[in-house]
Amino acid sequence: MVFGTSASTQRKFRALIADDDPVIQKIHKVLLNKLGFETQVVVNGKEAVDLFRSGAFFNLVLMDMEMPIMDGPQATRELRAMGVKTMIVGVTSRALESEKQAFMGAGLDDCHVKPLSAEIITSLLKKLGKNK
Amino acid sequence: MDRNQVHRQVALMRQSFFDQGFLDEQFIQLEELQDEANPNFVEEVVTLYYRDSTRLILNIEQALEKSPLDFNKLDCHMHQFKGSSSSIGAKKVKSECTQFREYCKAGNGEGCMRTFQQLKKEYAILKKKLETYFQMARQAGPKEIACRPKPKLDICPDLEKNYVGWIPSRFRYTFSF
Repeated sequence: MVFGTSASTQRKFRALIADDDPVIQKIHKVLLNKLGFETQVVVNGKEAVDLFRSGAFFNLVLMDMEMPIMDGPQATRELRAMGVKTMIVGVTSRALESEKQAFMGAGLDDCHVKPLSAEIITSLLKKLGKNK
Repeated sequence: MDRNQVHRQVALMRQSFFDQGFLDEQFIQLEELQDEANPNFVEEVVTLYYRDSTRLILNIEQALEKSPLDFNKLDCHMHQFKGSSSSIGAKKVKSECTQFREYCKAGNGEGCMRTFQQLKKEYAILKKKLETYFQMARQAGPKEIACRPKPKLDICPDLEKNYVGWIPSRFRYTFSF
């Protein structure tokens, strides 16, 4: 029995980590794995968009703000334009409220300073549990 | 030196990192993620940081050699480096990053160069300290801890009935013997 399993479908929750920082990738991967998520990592927004375009499904996306090739805001806009309803949480090392609001405007469900803590991930899981 | 003494030394060394301002709360967050499934997690993350940040430091060094200085580019590189340093709780390094970025905003090239030298010093000091710490921790071996039954986490009734295992130590009672 694993946390993050949908009772009706017996499917594990899946999370996509979109970040070009290998340290953040590792921290978020271990954090989410501990909470029972399957995780996949991509290094830029384009790879995230391509994954969804290919039919991949995720319950949660952790989207870094600044990435090469395609950044977080652009990737988020594209995913929402494609009709993706998955919870997308922005992660950024920019702490200014104005910068976070600008990222939220791209279509995020939430935005936090990275790295995320266990408490924040837990609060996101509560939201996911309510929305399933 | 018996095992308990080595453990005490390791604990004292660890505490000194916080007392002397080398590390902050974020390092504790990393420690909370270490367990039997990821027994060397903290050391792995720190190793990854030092490996990856070599590239970031090189970018900044190259940008500082240009004339005239491109302060936007310097700021961008340092923002990345600061973010990475924050992830492992490198408090003094992070502080130097902040100072550097202030000098970038002010267009002060000399300030940038001076701060960068200090940053590299702090970066190297922390690396040496952590290498010694991890080596001692490995020699000491794992410390025995016992856990009382974990309290229930109010997440979501449907999900919670399937919840097993890990809860951050803030929500967990532990004692050692």
